[in-house]
Parts: sequence; structure tokens; C-alpha cells
Amino acid sequence: MSEWTLFEVFIRSKHGLNHKHVGSVHAADAEMAIENARDLYTRRNEGVSIWVVPSASITATASDEKEPLFDPSEDKVYRHASFYELPDEVGHM
Amino acid sequence: MTKYDELTEFLLRLGDSSLIHAQRLCEWTGRAPALEEEMGMMNVGLDLVGQARNWYEYAAERINDGTDADALAFRRDERAFRNLLLVEQPNGDFAVTMTKQFFFDAWQFHLLTLLKDAKDERIAAIAAKSLKEVTYHLRRSSQWVERLGDGTEESHQRMEKAIDVLWRFTFELVEKSDTELALSESGSIPALTELPEQWRATVNEVFAKATLTVPDAPSTFYLSARTGMHSEHLGILLAEMQFLQRAYPDASW
Repeated sequence: MSEWTLFEVFIRSKHGLNHKHVGSVHAADAEMAIENARDLYTRRNEGVSIWVVPSASITATASDEKEPLFDPSEDKVYRHASFYELPDEVGHM
Repeated sequence: MTKYDELTEFLLRLGDSSLIHAQRLCEWTGRAPALEEEMGMMNVGLDLVGQARNWYEYAAERINDGTDADALAFRRDERAFRNLLLVEQPNGDFAVTMTKQFFFDAWQFHLLTLLKDAKDERIAAIAAKSLKEVTYHLRRSSQWVERLGDGTEESHQRMEKAIDVLWRFTFELVEKSDTELALSESGSIPALTELPEQWRATVNEVFAKATLTVPDAPSTFYLSARTGMHSEHLGILLAEMQFLQRAYPDASW
């Protein structure tokens, strides 16, 4: 058990277009990870497709990088579409 | 001991095998090697309890003396059970549990594949629904057999030992039966003549990948689920499974 690999699980729901991260499972290999993910995360009809990825293969941002990475976007409201006023004749976009 | 008509006997064989196997799986609750595996086994168990209920409900309608699915599960004695000897065997280690699961899954898979075309529409419908579940069960247990057989030296040895323990009971999966022959001749179910060969082919294929040896054909012996002659393990299993209904009949929440 302690030798098993940790996999991250992504599920695509019936009406969803993309796979979403739902949690993780331990498994001895990728096939077992798929089956464990099926048994843990699709019991209530949650999905139509499963991806599993070894957790170790994911490169993530570190929490101490939060300020330099994400704070600079805080005051750039003009990057949101709602910042711009549309002329009436454009109607709904 | 009541002997029912052939179709009812056949339904009980299917229902009892699913229920007793599910009860064995329950014994792993809280003891499985990993949380994920425990969920996996309990899911299979729940599928099988659902299948047993479907077969029992049909059987109860045919028996038609006021019995129902619960009574068939909890109020019958050992001699009245028609489950395969294989599924009442103790779980042993994980290798025994998975080998048992695999033998049973392969049998169910081929049997249900044939039964989904039964002329008896009720049987065809239950078989078609169950087959979806069993297809997954077989995939899961086949992969475990491969993983353990072709795993470490110890896992391989444990698998060889598990096969040695269980193989003698597989004669029931490949034997010809008068009940089933009569049922197929009367047209209620398709001929099951190919079932033994299909079961063997699946075992051969998976064992080859798992680097495991397939033993010689098992021979029939004095025990037989068809006549209610079970191994000593079923009585103990039933004592636990039926305790509540026996001690407090019709207890409810």
C-alpha cells in the first residue's frame, strides 16, 4: 500500500465539456487508478469520462509565489469584458 | 426439502450465487488492503445484492405461496440454497478472494451473455441489466489476477496456492445439468452448451497473461449445490447473514 502511487482524478460529467479535478486515489498502476476512480467518484452518476494523472507528474505553483504571480492582476479591471461600455446598437454580444 | 420446478430452481441458483458471493465480499468491510479497494469490492457486492433481488422476486412470484425476496434470502436453510460451492468458500487472503471473484465473474459473464437472448423476457431483461455490471466486475478481477500472478514472487506463489484451493469447486461451472437442458429444450432459455468452453477460454487467456498454470479439468465429487449438498462453510455464513431475521422476525427500522 505504501508503495502505491497517488493519482489525481479528473471527471467529465454528462453535460460538461471539460474534465474537472475531483480528488485523488492510490493505485498500483494506471488501470487500477481508473477503476478505483470509477468506484470512488462515479457512484452517483457523476461522469462519462475519467482521466487519471500521477500526482508526481503535476507541476504546481508554490504558495510563496502567490503574490508575484497573482496579485499584479488585481488592479487590471480593463482585462474584464464588463469594463467596457458597449454602444446600444451592438445589442447582445 | 421442497423441490421447485426447473425454472424456479434455475432462478434460485442465480440468485443464491449472487447473494452468497456478496455476503463474502461484505466480510472485507473494514479489512481491505486499501480504502479504494474496499469501495471497489463493496460496489461489486452491492451490484450482486441487486441482481439477487431481481432473481428472487421472479422466483417468489413463481413459487406463489406468499414468499418474497427477503424470505428467500433470510428464511431458508442451508439445504435449500442453490448457490455454487465456489462462492461459499472462505475469503482466505486477497489472492483467494480475487481468484474466486474472477472464476465467478467469468462464469456470470458468459452465462448472462447467453441469457440476455432468452425467450423468457423476464430472464432476458435481468440478464441484460446485470451483464453491464458483470462486464466491469470481470474486467476488474481479470486485471487483479494478472497483477498478482505476474507481480512479485510472493504474489505469484499466493495465486498458485489460491488456484489450488479453489479449482476443485469449479467443476460446477463447467458441468452439464439436466435442469438447464430441460429449460433450453422447452425454449425458456438458450442452450448453455457453449458455456463451459467459453469459461475455460477466459480462464486460459487471463492465466496466460498472468503467467499462471491452468490445472487439469476438475472432477465432480459428492458435494453439489444443485441438490443442496454444501461444504461446511455455508451454514456458518448463513448463521451470520440470517441472524437478525431469525432472532427478530420481521424487525423493521
